[in-house]
Amino acid sequence: MKQPGEFYQRDREWHPPAATPDYKTSVTRSPEYSLLSLEQSASEITGPTFGHNDIDPLDNDMIHNYAQPGESAIGERIILHGQVLDENGRPVRNTLVEAWQANAGGRYRHKKDTYLAPIDPNFGGCGRVLTDDEGYYVFRTVKPGAYPWRNWVNSWRPAHIHLSIFGTSFSQRLITQCYFEGDPLIARCPIVNTIPDQTARDQLVAALDMNATIPLDTIAYKFDIVLRGRRSTVFENRLEGN
Amino acid sequence: MVQKLDYLKETPSQTAGPYVHIGLAPGAAGFEIYDKELGWDIAGPNAKGERIRVEGIVIDGIGSPIKDVLLEAWQANADGIYAHPEHPGEVEEGFRGWGRVITDFETGEWGFDTVKPGRVMGRSGKLMAPHINLWIVARGINVGLNTRIYFDDEAEANAADPVINLIEWERRRATLIAKRGERDGQIVYRFDIKLQGQDETVFFDI
Repeated sequence: MKQPGEFYQRDREWHPPAATPDYKTSVTRSPEYSLLSLEQSASEITGPTFGHNDIDPLDNDMIHNYAQPGESAIGERIILHGQVLDENGRPVRNTLVEAWQANAGGRYRHKKDTYLAPIDPNFGGCGRVLTDDEGYYVFRTVKPGAYPWRNWVNSWRPAHIHLSIFGTSFSQRLITQCYFEGDPLIARCPIVNTIPDQTARDQLVAALDMNATIPLDTIAYKFDIVLRGRRSTVFENRLEGN
Repeated sequence: MVQKLDYLKETPSQTAGPYVHIGLAPGAAGFEIYDKELGWDIAGPNAKGERIRVEGIVIDGIGSPIKDVLLEAWQANADGIYAHPEHPGEVEEGFRGWGRVITDFETGEWGFDTVKPGRVMGRSGKLMAPHINLWIVARGINVGLNTRIYFDDEAEANAADPVINLIEWERRRATLIAKRGERDGQIVYRFDIKLQGQDETVFFDI
């Protein structure tokens, strides 16, 4: 019987382990028994799909998508762009990328955030976009500020943007954080350092991309995203049992 | 020396953090920004099958409900068909089979309305019991957790399910089975998730 086109196994030594005591919150929220390894069925190989009816074209412009008419968010204007690829280097087309972040002062628009930096009335802090036919996505936003958090007595998060990516299957679902080149807080961050491997940590740092900046307007950073790859039998086989 | 394999590496996961609602459920964070938030309607108005509600809490290692969790559900329709181009068959118009919910900030309770899924063909030609796939992210969870919700009124199908039967300890199989009840004429399944302890929910590496 033919096998379905499965996704490559997730490299659990590349991702952070569940229990990472220096990131204190993980201690009581990390499963202690081993994950049960599952060979993929239709339940794992399929996943939700989204279209242009689901979102608004302005949703990827965080400078304006919550601003009053004629106003814009305060902060360093940046473009965050990149390509969503799979581990085979193939573009992941038409997939939903969602983003959220603090404002330029490091304050989130969230009823649970009480940091003393002020809310920006023209900044919501969330955006979303579908990748194009080459897998590219782009956001316009302001560079988020660093902010303190309760881990050690004096812990500061490096500037970061949270990203959520769907891919084409539920097994590719991923949430990560994008950091910015040159930030000295990256190396000190207990959340960054949940990832054991330096090369893997480097993969989360967006590069300053002068070629993509808009002169006299907006600076740019490039952040490519890689989702799990898939065996090439996908084009020959149907899902088993059908 | 050997030739170099040129595969890319998957982008490493990071925690969704405490403010995941801003990005994925901004209404819950306390502001309206999108005309349409995604994931509130799993089955749509035309779905066949039994209308159900699934509720629960996610419990940490201390035994306390976690109040900043986000869960995503992925399920087949009542005929066992996923709304995905590679899964043969048609789903009802408006059936997406995907939803996302957050917990109540005070109690940690979550719940979603859907239809009970049908059986989906598994590997080796064995039918799987009806189930909803679940993905759980939160502050303190470094990589999203995958599990499945099965239903306690499907005892026969559950007993033959190839995934449930992979679980070596029978005691642990019970952690995946939602309990059926009724409230105000509506079918409500209870599915509590424990991240640690003797009754830790079975999580999968898919």
